[in-house]
Formats: sequence, C-alpha cells, structure tokens
Amino acid sequence: MIAALIHWLDERLHLEGLLAPFKHKTVPQHKMSYWYFFGGITLFLFMVQVLTGILLLLYYHPGANEAFESVQYIVTQVQFGWLIRSIHSWSANLMIFTAFAHMFSVLFLKAYRKPRELTWVTGVLLLFLVMGFGFSGYLLPWNTLAFFATTVGTQMAGQVPFIGHAMMIFLRGGPEVTGATLTRFFGFHVAVLPGIVTVLIGVHLFFVQRQGMSVPPKVEAEWKKDPSLVKEMKFFPNFALRELMAWYVGMGMLGGLAAMFPWNLGVKVDPFASAPAGIKPEWYFLFMYQALKLIPSKVLIFDGEVLGIVGCGIAATVWLLLPFFDTEKPSRRSHVITGLSVFALVFMIGMTIYGYLAN
Amino acid sequence: MTACFAGLAGTILLGASLSYGQAPMNTCLDCHSVLPEPFGVTSDKFSHDIHEQKGLTCASCHGGDPTSSDPTVAMSPKKGWKGHIDHKQVPALCASCHANPVYMKTFNPSLRTDQFSEYHTSVHGQKFATGDTKVAVCTDCHSVHDLRAPSDPLSTVNPVNVAKTCSKCHADPDYMKPYGIPTDQYAKYNTSVHHDAMVKRGDLSAPTCTTCHGNHGAVPPGVDKVQNVCANCHVFQAQMYQKSTHSKVFAEKGLPGCVVCHTNHGIQMPSDAMLSTGPAGVCMRCHTRGDVCDRARENILNNLTTLDHNIKEADEALKLAEASGMEVSAATLNQAAATDAITKARVTIHTYDPALVNADIQVGMKIAAANLKAGQDAMVEREHRRIGLGVCLIAICFMLVGLWLYIKQIER
Repeated sequence: MIAALIHWLDERLHLEGLLAPFKHKTVPQHKMSYWYFFGGITLFLFMVQVLTGILLLLYYHPGANEAFESVQYIVTQVQFGWLIRSIHSWSANLMIFTAFAHMFSVLFLKAYRKPRELTWVTGVLLLFLVMGFGFSGYLLPWNTLAFFATTVGTQMAGQVPFIGHAMMIFLRGGPEVTGATLTRFFGFHVAVLPGIVTVLIGVHLFFVQRQGMSVPPKVEAEWKKDPSLVKEMKFFPNFALRELMAWYVGMGMLGGLAAMFPWNLGVKVDPFASAPAGIKPEWYFLFMYQALKLIPSKVLIFDGEVLGIVGCGIAATVWLLLPFFDTEKPSRRSHVITGLSVFALVFMIGMTIYGYLAN
Repeated sequence: MTACFAGLAGTILLGASLSYGQAPMNTCLDCHSVLPEPFGVTSDKFSHDIHEQKGLTCASCHGGDPTSSDPTVAMSPKKGWKGHIDHKQVPALCASCHANPVYMKTFNPSLRTDQFSEYHTSVHGQKFATGDTKVAVCTDCHSVHDLRAPSDPLSTVNPVNVAKTCSKCHADPDYMKPYGIPTDQYAKYNTSVHHDAMVKRGDLSAPTCTTCHGNHGAVPPGVDKVQNVCANCHVFQAQMYQKSTHSKVFAEKGLPGCVVCHTNHGIQMPSDAMLSTGPAGVCMRCHTRGDVCDRARENILNNLTTLDHNIKEADEALKLAEASGMEVSAATLNQAAATDAITKARVTIHTYDPALVNADIQVGMKIAAANLKAGQDAMVEREHRRIGLGVCLIAICFMLVGLWLYIKQIER
C-alpha cells in the first residue's frame, strides 16, 4: 500500500529525481563519526520544540495579567499539559547544549574549512538565534526569575555603544520590562524567530546535502594516501536508522527529565519588588554574565561593562567569520585557532561553573 | 537729610536681612557649656532640644537677658531672671506656653494644648496637688535641655522608649515604697507580646504604658473598664466577650475582665494550652473538673487541636508534593484560608460558646481536608507519571533493540 502511494505521488511529482541524491548520499566512517549525530539531534529537538510549542500556543495567553495563570492552567488543568510544558522547557535547554556540542565538534574537526564556510556561517547564526529563542521564551511564564533575568539581560544589551539604548528600548518595548516586553518577546518567540530559523535550517541542510559530510584533515590525508582505507556508510537507511536511534534516546531522556524533574512554575512576578538576591541568567548565558562581572568598572578611560559587551560582540563576529581566518591546509595559524578554540571551550565551561558557585 | 534717612533705613534693612534665619543670641551657653553639673548644659546637648530648634533660648524658661555677655546683666532679676526652676514650678512653667493655644498655634497648629489640664486628672497630678514632690512632672518624662520631639527615636517619650522612661520610677522599689504598688510592671512588660511587637517587629502602634494608662492624664484603668482599653485594638474579642456570660459574672464579682485570663503587663502570646488543665490553663482557676463549662472547654480544645493537626498534616503533604516537582501552588495558597479559620475560631473562644467556635472550626476542617487531598492526589499523580514514564522507556528500549537488530540485518 505504501509502495502504491509512493508510485502515485511519483507519477505526479517525479519524486525519483528529488530523492535520488539521498539514495546515493554516504557518510564517512572514522573514529570521530559519532559527532555527526549531534546536528541531527539538534534538528530533532528543534522539531520537538515546534510541536510542543504549537500545543502550548493553544492555551497560553501573552499578557502580564494572564501569562502566569495560563501556564499554571496548562500544568494543572490541561491533560498532559505538565508533560508538554516540561518537555518544551527541557528540550530548549538540551537543544542549546547539543547546538553548542555540534558547533564545537565542527570547530575541532575543522569541518568549516573550504568549501563549507557558508555552512559554518549559517550554523553560527542558527546558534545565536537558538539562544535568542531561549532568551525570549524564558520570559513567557512571567515569573520572578524570568522577569529579573530579562531586566538584567536587556540592560546589558543597552550597554552596546551608540545603538545600545535604542536596542534596549526596542527589545523592552519601552524603558522598563513590562507587559509590553512580554507581548513583544512572545511575537519574537512564536513568529519572527521560527520564521528566520526555519529558512536558515533549510539553507544549512541544503549546504550539508549539497557538499556532503566533512572528514577531519588527518583522516582526509590518510585516505588520500591510501584510498583502500576509505570507509563510508549509506546515509539512507544505515545512518538514518542510527540517527533515528539517537532520536529515540533523546525522546527517552526528555520524557525522563519531564517526569522526574518537572519544570518549576515559580512565583508570579511583582514588578515593584526588588530583584531576588543572587539572580543570574540561564546557564547558556552564565559564562558571559560571569565574565562581565569580573571586569573592573573602569579599565583605563573606558567603562568596564561597555568594554565587556564590545568584547563579546567582537568575539561573536570573529566566531562567525572563523573559516575566513583559518587556512585550508594545516598551518601554524590553523594550530593557533585550534588552541584558541580549546581556550574558548575551557573558558566557557569554567565561567559557567564559576557562575554557579559564585551565585 | 532724605539721603541720610535712606542710608539709615538701608543699613537697618541690610542688618535685618543678614540676621534673618540666624539663631537668636544665647550667651548663656558661653559659660554654662563649660560649667560642671548641675549648671552645665553643652551647646551640643541643647542643639537637640526642640525649643532651641524652634528659636527659643535659655531665657525663654529661665528668664534673663540672653544677648548680654555680662553675667550681672544676663542673670539680672530686673531682666526677669528666675534661676534654677524648682521641681514643683515645672508644670506651671511649661503650661505658660503649652496651655496657650494662641501661642502654640504659631509653632504647630495641630499640637494639643490640654496637657496641663489633663495632668491635673492624673494620679501624678493629684498627688502633686497635695504637695508630693516625688511624682513625675513634665521634665521627668520629657527630659530637659535636650527635649526631643516624640517622633525622634531618641526621645524619652518616643513609643519605643516610653516603658523605659516610666520604669525610671516605677521599677525602683525604694522610690515607689511609699505608694504601695508593684514595681515589676516593666520587667513583666519586657517579656510580653506587646513589647515584642514594638521592639522586635518595630510596630510603633503596639501598646506601651501610655496606650493603656494614658500619658498626661495617666491613671490605671478601673477594674470595670479594662476591656474598654483592650477593645481599642482587640475589637472582635471585646465585642464577643461583652455578649458572653463571663462579662456579666466578672463584673458582678469585680474581676478585671481580660486581665483575669491574659494578665496585664506581662501578656503572653495566647495558645491553645490556655484551654488545657495544665499549668498554662486558665479555666480551672475558677471552674470545676467535670462541670458543664469544663466539658465545653474540653470540646473546644479537642476541636482546635484536631484542626491544628489537620492543617499541619496538609502543610506536610503539600510540601512533599512540591519537593517532588508537583504543581500545588493553588492548594498551598488556600492553606492561608485554613489558618484564617483557626485564627477566627480562637477569637470566637471569647463567646465561650462551643457551638459558635465549632462552626468556625468546621470551616477550617473542610479547607484543610481539601488541601490535604490535593497534596495526596499530587503524589498519586506523581506515581502515575513515573509508571507512564517506565512504560514509555520500556517501549523506547524495545524500539532501540528492534532498530539495532534491523541495522545488523541489513548490514550483514
């Protein structure tokens, strides 16, 4: 029956031609092949976010007077609402983690080198947008932690030279975080960001499909030297089935986390109360936040916080354009970039741990 | 000539404008700030005095000429110098201004001016009129030379400090010996719930000595008037007590209402133990074990204890559910209603009617039962979720094994 359906569609849409590249697509097999799964796992988690997000959208009310109560209604009254909400929250955190893991695996395996520079660029942009998803979505339950974390985060954005203040007003929908900020963030979270990310994912996947999977430079050199060492597996069905297994493991993890550690509802925010002591952003922003806290208030003639924000901006730009700084072949510059990448990873992990211990 | 007059007028105006806003001359302090006690008053001390802040000088009370540095002029009787003001002259001296509404209005129109007339009605004033010089006059409570406004936290008559000020005499057994009244009021007050409210919680509206006894017209409330004093704050308890059998019986026996059970100065936080037959119990001081009142007491105490237990049980269940990650904020919030019900029941005790008390208790029982059920239901739901998770994980394991076997098969 499935074969008959495929044949019916093929007669009308010429699917054979469309699906032919996938039938011939192969995935290199080497010691580091398991890192290839992280991109797919991130995609899976994004699809989980879309699905659970749509379900949440059926009950969520984006207003200062209703948001918290609507989330409370979802987790207490809606059948399996607790599950959908917890999966959405856990999946968001896992997605950011796997996106970082995927990015670092590409970085250390030098998969961004020619001809895959644009794949890297779209990937880093996707990472920034995924963090934007995390930032905008965090405010939507309208609880105390979310409100004050958003206040601190948007205030930091306001420190960008020249355009910072305008950016802060734009993000907040006014000088302070209010109900207007909530509706604005809701719009970003369910419409603007999903639209941009969907297009970028499409572009990113198109690049990956078009150019195939990258092989680490050392392995590439070995295979060039001795072609008999080349090992590949067919993307479909072999790699796809293995990816499916990874997705099932991800599904099990999400279910386990949602059932055993349901996401906390928190307390509805009182905008006139002072920020709770030790307020800190979510873990994926903590390394930046903690690093900024360590910068002295004045560095020579410059404001410390502004210097930190500008530094973050420069780092992000360098990160985005990294392939254009590196060389195609192994070189001294390439080794320096690898060293800096290790430093960046250690710095981020270290600052995150420090941030938790300090607060 | 016209120019001369204009120049003179200008000089006078200039001098007046230069002196405007400056403190009036007070040469008294030039000497008295360096003299030893009892003549010494430092500028620093006097600067805290509200009279000095309002522009008065030493001469305002002591007479004399504060503008002259010559002691023979400054302290000349011809200039009205009175010298040391005797203890018995103080009330009349203070009243010379403070009982004059027209004069006082120039400083603060809302200040009362009946303190002196009130003082005559007080025990202090009545004994003063008989020539007793030991009783308090204005300066004994308000201090002298550094008399601060009552709103100043360092003022001797700021609510926080009133009890200490009264205790200067009333806690001195030797001083109070001629009067034959107890001197343990201050010590008892310091252990009381009213003291805790004032000093520990910073509630300046909490009762202190003057709240119940009055300040300028201080008298102990009459035995038959105690509940009127308590009723100023404890309105509901007083209304219920007024309609109860105890009110009539206590009045007939000349017993001081609220004080019979709650005492006066050392009032402790009431507890259900006051209904018990133990050392903290108050009912058995009058009633007999086994009589109808004792049975009513036992009934009320049992129901209160049960409700208190049920509320605590519901609290525990909700805390456990919350710690397990279950959403029980609505039920947790509703616990406040159960606490309100038991508080109301404890107020209704003052009707001494078990039926009325039990009506409030039943309201609390219903709420506590509902909240306990919510906590227990949450834990049952938690178990269901874990069972569901287990089933799903088993299914996922089967899928994984199935996929792995299929992969192995197609790659063979």
